[in-house]
Amino acid sequence: MKKIIAAGAFGLAMGVSGMAFAEPVKIGMITTLSGGGAGLGIDVRDAFTLAMKKANNPDIEIVTEDDAMKPELAVQIADKMVQSDKVDLMTGIIWSNLAMAVVPSVTGQGVIYLSPNAGPSPLAGANCNENYFNVAYQNDNFHEAMGQYDNETYKKTFILAPNYPAGKDSLTGFKRYYKGELAGEVYTQLGQTDYAAEIAQIRASGADSVFFFLPGGMGIAFVKQYAQSGVDIPLTGPAFSFSQDVLPAIGDAAIGVKNSASWSQDLDNPANKEFVDAFKAEYGRLPSVYAAQAWDTANLILSAVEKADVTDKEAFRAALKEADFDSVRGSFKFNTNQHPIQNIYVREVVKEGDVLTNKIVGTAFENHEDAYAKDCKM
Amino acid sequence: MQTALLIEQTLNGLQFGVMLFLMAAGLTLIFGVMGLINLAHGSLYMVGAFACATVAAWTGSFWLGLVASLAAAAAAGAIVEVTVIRRLYDRDHLDQVLATFALILVFSEGTRWIFGSFPLYLNIPPLLSGAVPIPGGSQYPLYRLAIIGVGILVAIGLYLLISRTRLGMRIRAGESDREMIGALGVDIRTLYTVVFALGAALAGLAGAMVGALQSVQVGMGEPVLILAFVVIVIGGIGSIKGALVGAILVGLIDTLGRFLLPAALAAFMGPSAAASIGAALASMLIYVFMALVLAIRPRGLFAAAG
Repeated sequence: MKKIIAAGAFGLAMGVSGMAFAEPVKIGMITTLSGGGAGLGIDVRDAFTLAMKKANNPDIEIVTEDDAMKPELAVQIADKMVQSDKVDLMTGIIWSNLAMAVVPSVTGQGVIYLSPNAGPSPLAGANCNENYFNVAYQNDNFHEAMGQYDNETYKKTFILAPNYPAGKDSLTGFKRYYKGELAGEVYTQLGQTDYAAEIAQIRASGADSVFFFLPGGMGIAFVKQYAQSGVDIPLTGPAFSFSQDVLPAIGDAAIGVKNSASWSQDLDNPANKEFVDAFKAEYGRLPSVYAAQAWDTANLILSAVEKADVTDKEAFRAALKEADFDSVRGSFKFNTNQHPIQNIYVREVVKEGDVLTNKIVGTAFENHEDAYAKDCKM
Repeated sequence: MQTALLIEQTLNGLQFGVMLFLMAAGLTLIFGVMGLINLAHGSLYMVGAFACATVAAWTGSFWLGLVASLAAAAAAGAIVEVTVIRRLYDRDHLDQVLATFALILVFSEGTRWIFGSFPLYLNIPPLLSGAVPIPGGSQYPLYRLAIIGVGILVAIGLYLLISRTRLGMRIRAGESDREMIGALGVDIRTLYTVVFALGAALAGLAGAMVGALQSVQVGMGEPVLILAFVVIVIGGIGSIKGALVGAILVGLIDTLGRFLLPAALAAFMGPSAAASIGAALASMLIYVFMALVLAIRPRGLFAAAG
């Protein structure tokens, strides 16, 4: 009996002292790994795990699960991660409707959530939260940049996005800066695969250009059908519609198209060179903007783990807020609502050898802030 | 320009409708002849699409892929009928729903296991790519016109098969009195397998044709399956004619609703609000239509006798 108690006490002491030296950090990643949105989630997962692998910190553990792009599934996984896996941090969600279902609940339970992609406007404004950090963007940002840029060339644009939070933010953002006339405004269903009805409306609208936000498989289906339709009105869009994950499937039809993003594989800074080379070496493909955001998310977490203990939420949040890491996007800092202040570039789709990719051709905004930060009381 | 748009949207609705008909025909045939609710019909659609994408990638020929999709879906249908479905004819509908739902999971995970979670992309054959001029001064994709053509051919073929051939006579007999044709010495087990394989082949054909237009991925059959059920409920369960009329109605209502409703709402609210509310209402339209049809004709538009 004595022996057992002694062993127990010893074990307990070891446990306690172990914790005092190196607090293990458990990260829950919920992302989309199946279905038409899988390309985005796979890039986020791959870049995040690669950054963690390079850091080689044995105290960091990652739990990854597939949400299949379904909000109800994401909520279940989040509950399990918070309650039984006891994660300290969460990340990974691609889609804004899933983020709206998961983020308020987990941040309310004291878990810090770092978004590598979705940035719905309510979470940037009135419903901002000290436990919510967005490392990617506020949803409107890329679209605002394209609205600004399209002013130079186009006078009558047809705009198109899926009917879900990020789709609404997209068109709101575009219209905030676009001064020309709108030839039409259409919302499609999220996950829609047939765009014949929308393409017919574009054909009849008399537009001089089409701005569309359709990430992942939706964009591939749209552009393929558009190319078959005989409509030759030029396409523009945010980076999501012409990202590295969809370019191979779209093919040469995309060459020359302008799109907007906070990052591009040819952005000239040492952190980005290291990232692009490491990603290509590990996975044999070029990274997308989603991968870049996930890489930054991982490095932001690593920078905070160096400075503070994850159990001391106050200190850990302060460490995150400093954003003391080398972003692949160059300049990066957090605004008062813990969303990025960053440059947004205009890129063009080019063919390098036989690989389609994007190159930066201009800067739409420098140190751009989102429009909702003023509503955030934090 | 407005008439051109209306013509193009009507063609879109027709194309969507005939695609739904290919799915609904098999579903209603299987229900009519065997009294079986087959939730796994969407999986056979997926099997056809994957078979077409795989064979087209191997051989470079979409046409061989199309043949493969028919063969693979029919074979999958026959195997499923012999091993699982055959045991369900005497059970009630709840058992059938449970067992065929399990088949969906088996097919989906099996496909994921073989092909992975990434969608496959199937290209439209060069012969059918591009657009052709249509009346009204507009253009329409040739491939979509080809889908409409195939759908019409299948409808005529099914009509001739059921009204003019010996097999069709047995199918009609099976619909009206199952025990009697068994007693008359018709090999009812083979008949069931043939009908099931025929329905599966039609679903596979639909999957392959749509796969070239959209993308080929796990779970692609379920949204279509739901619509196919709406179609057969509207058309009258067990009736091929009902499936055809129901499918065309659903195709037209869905497509035209998606573009007319936001335009109508824009008359009395802002364009942005009209676009978003219109899109939401349009997605409910076919279900509202189904409810209306059921309220007026509870057995559907062309309910089979008996």
